[in-house]
Amino acid sequence: MNDVLVKAEGVTKFFGGEGRLFSKEKTPQVRAVDGVSFEMFAGETLAVVGESGCGKSTLGRLLLRLLEPTGGRIEIDGTDLTQISKEALRNSRRKMQMVFQDPYGSLSPRRTIAEIIAEPLEVFEPSMSSRARRERVADLLEQVGLSPDIMDRRPRQFSGGQRQRIGIARAIALNPALIVADEPVSALDVSVQAQIVNLLQDLQQDKGFSYFFVAHDLAVVRHIADRVMVMYLGRVVEIGPKSKIYAAPQHPYTQALLSAAPEPDPEGNTKRIILQGDVPSPTKVPSGCSFRTRCPLAQPICSSERPELRQVAEGQLAACHFAETNPIRQ
Amino acid sequence: MTALPSTRLTSAPDSRTLFVIKTVFLGNPVTMVAALVIFIFICVAILAPLIAPYDPLAQSYLTINIYPSAEHWLGTDQFGRDVLSRLIYGSRNSLIFGITAPFLAAIIGTTLGVTAGYFGGLVDRLVTRLIDLLLAFPELLLAIIIMAALGGGFWNIIVVLTIAFVPGFARVARASTLAVKQEPYVEAAISVGVRTPTIIIRHIVPNIAAPIVVLMTLWVASAIRLEAALSFLGIGTRPPHPSWGNIIRDGLNNIFGSPWPIIGAGLAITVVVLSFNLIGDAVRDVLDPEGGE
Repeated sequence: MNDVLVKAEGVTKFFGGEGRLFSKEKTPQVRAVDGVSFEMFAGETLAVVGESGCGKSTLGRLLLRLLEPTGGRIEIDGTDLTQISKEALRNSRRKMQMVFQDPYGSLSPRRTIAEIIAEPLEVFEPSMSSRARRERVADLLEQVGLSPDIMDRRPRQFSGGQRQRIGIARAIALNPALIVADEPVSALDVSVQAQIVNLLQDLQQDKGFSYFFVAHDLAVVRHIADRVMVMYLGRVVEIGPKSKIYAAPQHPYTQALLSAAPEPDPEGNTKRIILQGDVPSPTKVPSGCSFRTRCPLAQPICSSERPELRQVAEGQLAACHFAETNPIRQ
Repeated sequence: MTALPSTRLTSAPDSRTLFVIKTVFLGNPVTMVAALVIFIFICVAILAPLIAPYDPLAQSYLTINIYPSAEHWLGTDQFGRDVLSRLIYGSRNSLIFGITAPFLAAIIGTTLGVTAGYFGGLVDRLVTRLIDLLLAFPELLLAIIIMAALGGGFWNIIVVLTIAFVPGFARVARASTLAVKQEPYVEAAISVGVRTPTIIIRHIVPNIAAPIVVLMTLWVASAIRLEAALSFLGIGTRPPHPSWGNIIRDGLNNIFGSPWPIIGAGLAITVVVLSFNLIGDAVRDVLDPEGGE
């Protein structure tokens, strides 16, 4: 359980900032992911939360090297993905798969369900007979709760939830070690969300793969995550076991984020922390601590020194100069 | 853990392709007529030696400038050649150029456009500049320039028409590729390790095919027009071999002697071009609202 599966060190992704033909000006540089380091263990679910634009989806794509990182190292199962050749990268793709946010866009409209699910098998097990492949597809469809009879239909005949199940079947076809789930339920109806989340959990229990679960719905995260990583403006501000993050968040941003989540208990009187202002543009990240412009605890040191992630409780790290003396508690 | 509800579905089998064909050709009587017209013209072109009442090249002093009659349904021209036979043989040239050139241009243009759109960067810049360069010339002017350099002849006409149409296809293919490339299913294919050529053939091309097909139908008409224009200008099909364009050209010098070549060839061009345009419109109407389906 405690084998390190993913090890990211100082992962960085900047968009833009390139010179343009016939122009001295450079395009503005967006710091989408800015020096992120973390570890993921085999079989765990690491949920990544944060506002839109905080770089959580970008980070997921960097892990699979669907995007080229600007800097840093990403090791999966001991292989440094940033150093290997294209062919080696293609081979290592069987260890890592992705479930997409948009169940409508992620299945090619012109292919049958069987062709879609069999695609990874074709790539990595070319010797498999087409009959065996169809049997495998049928088996996968059953694992995700769909009838094998549907395999010759096309995606447009299915609902969002069914399409997402098909996408999951494709992702698990090769028994990967890591699945990056990029907001896999946020495009679905609430009733369907629960089914898909449960399906993901059941599959994990069966097969033991790890989820890098990108989400913004804190209720879903609470349900599925083992550990939670909170991101703000491309940086990790806090990471730790779910129980600790939810019960005793140490970073002021995490506290504000959690307090903004709706409570199902109408009697509960939780204090809302209302943040001032908007998220700064990722083209102009504030100096020092990127959260200082909105932080109720900000001090002069916050603009001069960037706080590093440091241990604040067992297994829990936060990037705040005042994590220990933080007076805001839920 | 809760048990998974099994989702069993029953629905009609997938008959989308059939549906498209049915809607295009049977949905609208006008389109049906257009399709029928083209079918007839193609049959005529193929069966020309069997149908044509006279040799299209045979001249006779005895039958100069005859009005339509039982022997010569559309009369004769200033050399005594039978106009109907010349039109029938001329349809071969016009249709061969009209169909071959857009088809070749679609293949070359799509290849260029998809390559540029998918890979981007330097390839994209080079291809786009090339397309811009070609688009800067009007089709006809471009064709005249190339014909002047290459000279006439069957293959040169094909080359010219193809070059004239490539930029249009390339531009549409590139723009569609840029859109389709962003679709998550392309990213999904990359993430399951599919090789780039396979991605392009399997996931990009089928999803940009609709606008290309529409463009092809519409440009069959343009190709026929352009070949006629080139032949009219004397740099297309060489006399005495007939094409609808040079029939009109020959007829122009003799318009008061016998207007029938011009009337006949003009009508033939109009009807075929109109039919192809109508079919193109119908295909577009059926394919467009679905957005890539």
